[in-house]
Amino acid sequence: MQWETIIGLEVHLQLATKSKIFSGSSTTFGAEPNTQASAVDLAMPGMLPVLNEQAVRYAVKFGLGIGAQISKRSVFDRKNYFYPDLPKGYQISQFDAPIVGKGSFEILMEDGSSRTIGITRAHLEEDAGKSLHEDFNDHTGIDLNRAGTPLLEIVSEPDIRSAAEAVAYLKALHSLVTYLGISDGNMAEGSMRCDVNISLRPIGSKTLGTRAEIKNVNSFRFVEKAIHHEFQRQADILEDGGKITQETRLYDADRDETRSMRSKEVANDYRYFPEPDLLPVVIDDIYIESIRESLPELPVEKRSRFTAQYGLGPYDANVLSDSRPLADYFETVAGECGDAKIAANWVQVELLGQLNRAGSAIEKCPVSATALGALISRILDKTISGKMAKQVFESMWNGEGAADDIIEARGLLQVSDTAAIDAIVDDVLSASAAQVQQYLDSDEAKRKKLVGFFVGQVMKLSKGQANPQMVNELLAKKLA
Amino acid sequence: MHTKSVAQLAKGLRERQFSSAELTRAYLDRITTLDTQYNSFITVNEAAALEAAEAADRSLAVGNANALTGIPIAHKDIFCTEGVRTSCGSRMLENFIPPYDATVIERFKAAGAVLLGKTNMDEFAMGSSNESSFYGPARNPWNTDLVPGGSSGGSAAAVAGLLAPAATGTDTGGSIRQPAAFCGITGLKPTYGRVSRLGIVAFASSLDQAGPMAHSAEDCALLLNIMAGHDPLDSTSSTVATQDYCATLDDSLEGLRIGLPAEYFGEGLDVTTGECINNALKELEAQGATLVELSLPHSALTIPTYYIIAPAEASTNLSRFDGVRYGYRCENPADLHDLYSRTRQEGFGEEVKRRILVGTYALSAGYYDAYYKKAQQIRRLIKQDFMDCFEQVDIIAGPTAPGPAFALGAKSNDPISMYLEDVYTLAVNLAGLPGMSLPAGFVEGKPVGLQLIGRHFDEARLLNVAHRFQQATDWHLSTPDSAKGGSL
Amino acid sequence: MAIEQGEVEKIAELARIRISKEEIGDVTQRITEVLQMVDQLQAVDTRDIEPMANPLDATQRLRPDEVTQSNRRDAFQAIAPAVENGLYLVPKVIE
Repeated sequence: MQWETIIGLEVHLQLATKSKIFSGSSTTFGAEPNTQASAVDLAMPGMLPVLNEQAVRYAVKFGLGIGAQISKRSVFDRKNYFYPDLPKGYQISQFDAPIVGKGSFEILMEDGSSRTIGITRAHLEEDAGKSLHEDFNDHTGIDLNRAGTPLLEIVSEPDIRSAAEAVAYLKALHSLVTYLGISDGNMAEGSMRCDVNISLRPIGSKTLGTRAEIKNVNSFRFVEKAIHHEFQRQADILEDGGKITQETRLYDADRDETRSMRSKEVANDYRYFPEPDLLPVVIDDIYIESIRESLPELPVEKRSRFTAQYGLGPYDANVLSDSRPLADYFETVAGECGDAKIAANWVQVELLGQLNRAGSAIEKCPVSATALGALISRILDKTISGKMAKQVFESMWNGEGAADDIIEARGLLQVSDTAAIDAIVDDVLSASAAQVQQYLDSDEAKRKKLVGFFVGQVMKLSKGQANPQMVNELLAKKLA
Repeated sequence: MHTKSVAQLAKGLRERQFSSAELTRAYLDRITTLDTQYNSFITVNEAAALEAAEAADRSLAVGNANALTGIPIAHKDIFCTEGVRTSCGSRMLENFIPPYDATVIERFKAAGAVLLGKTNMDEFAMGSSNESSFYGPARNPWNTDLVPGGSSGGSAAAVAGLLAPAATGTDTGGSIRQPAAFCGITGLKPTYGRVSRLGIVAFASSLDQAGPMAHSAEDCALLLNIMAGHDPLDSTSSTVATQDYCATLDDSLEGLRIGLPAEYFGEGLDVTTGECINNALKELEAQGATLVELSLPHSALTIPTYYIIAPAEASTNLSRFDGVRYGYRCENPADLHDLYSRTRQEGFGEEVKRRILVGTYALSAGYYDAYYKKAQQIRRLIKQDFMDCFEQVDIIAGPTAPGPAFALGAKSNDPISMYLEDVYTLAVNLAGLPGMSLPAGFVEGKPVGLQLIGRHFDEARLLNVAHRFQQATDWHLSTPDSAKGGSL
Repeated sequence: MAIEQGEVEKIAELARIRISKEEIGDVTQRITEVLQMVDQLQAVDTRDIEPMANPLDATQRLRPDEVTQSNRRDAFQAIAPAVENGLYLVPKVIE
């Protein structure tokens, strides 16, 4: 049977606030265990939460970024369960009245097609601490530094149909939240964690199958693998006439498999009720509008502007608008050199290639956008050839200075002096009498090859500095 | 000294009739001698108290003193006190020494008051008799066979027994007012949000409120001046401006309209207690007040409403006591589940466990709408009753409790009859109103409390009425025989 | 409303409170009494009444995003039952 995969994603996004959502502790990643856990975070007796305005602002920003309904009155609830990384015995979350309601946004697939994915809701909550299972005999160590870090849980509609779409969704989401500046999006540090809800149904069917929830899948690649694996597992069960159990599963990246989480099997009853230590959060139009005015140009808007303004194709526009620093970089390069298409090509091929090889990010790029723009200008004004520019770029990457300085220092200036080139061409032709005769005796195809040979000789003699276009023109004239 | 009011003691300190060190020593000595019969303190803070007293004396010497500088104050053992064990009446916190002060404690320290010790209470403030304390029941100084009331029973007994000039308490359903009534002292539960809850071990977050307990309304006003005010670290703390609660104590009662809810004078009220209340009301009438009969139609629902909301909130507030970060931890837990369930089995007492279970049930799937949500809806009706009454009257008056203090053990095996003790006090917490209890006579040697209920943030008016009443009566000046012994 | 013993056991499990076999009957009886008492609320018509979570119907104040807390780990862990290398210890958690 042919199966359709139905996927919904729940993304837990750490918001980039300085302090925690309900306390004045720092949220800096990687501190010594429990050094960023205050009395509030440790649930010491009598401690009370006070809501961080920045967390609210960031949630509203996200809501506006996906065109969602912003709740002017939202309510925090307690989600009750016992776990050692949850010091209060309840997580403060939002259940009935989340701050962000229904919205949607567009994802672009590699083939250039696009899809709209619905967002059910997004709500504010606090992160839990971390349980460290290694290093202690028979014990688990608890670090509560992360407890109370603000999270925005973004719940999608079951609109996603494949692993590729799931990854495209996550990438688009990542792009959006980093554009908005509400999260650092650092997946390696757990800033963006994902639960995958997945079910199958026969193609053509309208009813949803029983789903499994795969917890805490923490990279784009793992999302893809976990979905592939889970699809196969469910398909195998269904093909055998079996039934899918609604359960929580854990993706094990080491073994590339999902397995049932026994600890979550005990039926949980979270006993949600309004958090009495916090009051309803009421925001007004003025607040929402002031945030709307502060919104940057969003990825989708930038993408279409790149297409319209610079004449880029949808794929190029998508790549270049993926992150704000990259888009800004590209636009500076294009402005500097005046040719957006060559700028786009250079940024995507040379720059991103170099960054990838170095495993680095655009923010840490050693070549500034202005410097790259200046280099491209030298190609456009024919000072150097494209090939030479690549060498110059290498040197710039290695910190050897600006394009003009490197060109000057290495004597790479392209020779466009007709007389000088004419002399070299004559030298080459007289030194290669045999080849010239061969050329004259040959057909078109063979001649092309021989022209290549002559050009090569000229370039060799000119140490690569002769303007190739002029060399070709002169050769054509002299061999005619 | 110990028979003097806080106001008189403060005057004596300023005039150098005695030092704070002498005063503090005097109370510490009385505690040593007399508290064997009351068990009103769980922890006496002797060394630190004397140190604080000497610091206060230095402030007094340079004329740098506030209204409470050098005055020893006893605090209910529910307020976290830095470096001083805070047990909340429970085994769970028997070894808990907080590394921080509650905002209320900070404010008393800043005012120069001396932290005398921590008073006995029902475990986690759940009770009306002080019998649920892990540290044994406190006893009523008027008759040590009787309960002092609860949950702030230790504070009430300490003040009534002259072991402290004043104390703090907390009131979730009557826990300041009922023990004040039983022990013949004056106690005020302020408007919800008037006093910071930060650092007070939470029972029911939307009902808890701290307040002063002392001999007179004037002393309560002095303490409230210190306690009241906005706390940015408590989201439910009010930003409504405070006032000088002493400034209007002497205002005339001429034209004051006092509402008498029919429901507070009906079936269930002890006859003699009712007579005491009526006599007190006559005194207020004599001072120019008008009595208006009215009704709080949803009164019958306050007990069931309260006994859903309070346990529900408590059930989750007490989840943090899990044996991981502080407090009691069971011996040799087999696994995580055993650590949790045995720590909580052994660390909590019967009444606390019962309320956690009831609260858990009320919030659990399938019951939330029928219980918790329903109770929160009825809570609005109960509050509306009061709002309607305050259209016609300035304050509401009635008995604090259906009768005087009862004998130890009389109700401890019957939770429901214990819950009925709070029939006149619970609604005030549900509606978030200020309420107070002041001595209004005796039934067979047992004190009777008159309850006054005011509009939100109208504490000054309650204190004014109580003060005027106390200017004309001397019930609040009576001293139990058991307290007459001891030093001084 | 009476509550079954099994239901009490379920609630006690949710609340992580161990109840011994000897106690369970008594606890069930007591909880039944309380639930019977509170059941009179069911007769009240509360249609269209907004639940009241806070007696003042106040709204949440927002705190500026500032780090105000410094590291007090030593003070906090001095009162902890079991710590090692700055971590709170619990019996091994199996996921």
